[in-house]
Amino acid sequence: MAEIVPLTDAIAAAVHDGDTVAMEGFTHLIPFAAAQEVVRQGRRDLTLVRMTPDIVYDQLIGMGCARRLVFSWGGNPGVGSLHRFRDAVENGWPAPLEVEEHSHAGMANRYAAGASGLPFAVLRGYAGTDLPVHGATVKPITCPFTGEVLTAVPALRPDVAVVHAQRADRRGNVQLWGIVGIQKEAVLASARSVVTVEEVVDELDPRPGAVVLPGWAVGYVARAPGGAHPSYAHGYSERDNDFYVRWDAISRDRDAFRRWMREHVLERRAPGGSGG
Amino acid sequence: MTGGTPARPGGHSAAEMMAVAAARQLRDGMTCFVGIGLPSTAANLARATHAPALVLVYESGTIGSRPDRLPLSIGDGILADTADAVVSVPEVFNYWLQPGRIDVGFLGAAQVDRFANLNTTVIGPDYRHPRVRLPGAGGAPEIAASCREVIVVARHSRRTFVERVDFVTSVGFGSGPGDRERLGLGGAGPRTVITDLGVLEPDPRTCELVLTSLHPGVTLEQARAATGWPLAAARGGARRTEPPTAAELAALRRLERTRGVT
Repeated sequence: MAEIVPLTDAIAAAVHDGDTVAMEGFTHLIPFAAAQEVVRQGRRDLTLVRMTPDIVYDQLIGMGCARRLVFSWGGNPGVGSLHRFRDAVENGWPAPLEVEEHSHAGMANRYAAGASGLPFAVLRGYAGTDLPVHGATVKPITCPFTGEVLTAVPALRPDVAVVHAQRADRRGNVQLWGIVGIQKEAVLASARSVVTVEEVVDELDPRPGAVVLPGWAVGYVARAPGGAHPSYAHGYSERDNDFYVRWDAISRDRDAFRRWMREHVLERRAPGGSGG
Repeated sequence: MTGGTPARPGGHSAAEMMAVAAARQLRDGMTCFVGIGLPSTAANLARATHAPALVLVYESGTIGSRPDRLPLSIGDGILADTADAVVSVPEVFNYWLQPGRIDVGFLGAAQVDRFANLNTTVIGPDYRHPRVRLPGAGGAPEIAASCREVIVVARHSRRTFVERVDFVTSVGFGSGPGDRERLGLGGAGPRTVITDLGVLEPDPRTCELVLTSLHPGVTLEQARAATGWPLAAARGGARRTEPPTAAELAALRRLERTRGVT
């Protein structure tokens, strides 16, 4: 049964040094507040898993939290490069970053296999690309019924999933809608989970197209209003596109980045107060 | 040089000509898997002009989005608000893209080679120590494999149009005729490459990209100078691209003013 706790407690309990952590949210509901709490708590040697690393992993990588990145697209959407990610790969700053890269279809299927309790997933993908040559863990597999050769990708089984949702009820049932992405699969594939929410309500009224994660399938729920900013929570906030554009200049320079992180992350406290 | 937006005869920039030429490739009623940036601009321009029933599918899982402004990202809320259906990421790739339901995939790239293979991963010969680390594959490899056909948009320069890509992120025609069939790729592959200088298409016999059209004011020599392999003109010679109409330009400029506005 999900425990409803303050964000600081949820991160302290669920995210440990050396863990494999999947923070998901496909261009929507990105768990920024939770990620920044991981930075404040000084977690190290993380293997970060995420389809679209985005600004959220630029911050974690630039602050030296990550040892390894498993991903499929690492850019600032619509703007350009993730400069901290690039600096780590190209120059080893602040620490070398190992990468394992896949395609979106491959990553999505890896999560789905993890959520399904299967060791691998099958798809048509990667054929003819250089991805398998350079570390993407994929292998050919022959269909036992037709003889067709397809591609197998291994399941993702992270230690912990971290996601943001619109709301939860007091029993920890979580409801999210809009672009629902890969969060359900990430939570179900992981051993532990932290879900931050805009609000905790008495009753979850039905929403068209919503994903509901039953409280018994969720680890920790923490209230973090605005916790997806500069991403957004459909129905609660708009994507802060200006910030995504501004991040380019903030992140381009190592000192400017560290200054920004000190002022906006390290010297601040997690949103949500006592959590309930 | 092709960067920036130099004024062209007729009062449009090279970038505008590229967006308009790309939009014209889309036919009304098609289903189109759209990447962000130029592909999204061109697809929305097509919707605003000659193809109002174009079905836009974004990899964020929004199917049939009808934004009235240009999204900054593939996840802007307006894409979900205006969609016929919003599905999960595994669903958009497994149920909608993989079986070949999508007519056309619209892709950009940092490098395009003579067989229309695309690189969005790394620049430089050493993957572990890249000269430039690019964002990576995203949905592109399976879009290039599974859409019935593919349209590529890229600015024309020797940096981009190379003899051989440093990394094959997405397969065009591999190393030539027969490779797509041998690899079991479901779609027909790149049909057209739109640049800010002209239009390239694969030669039906060799699969090599050849120049089929030059935009207004551009010479064959300019296109060759901006290409990293000996660029041939299509048999019968390159056509001349029709300049943007007043309606196309007005629609494009209106869209550009709305980019990323929430």
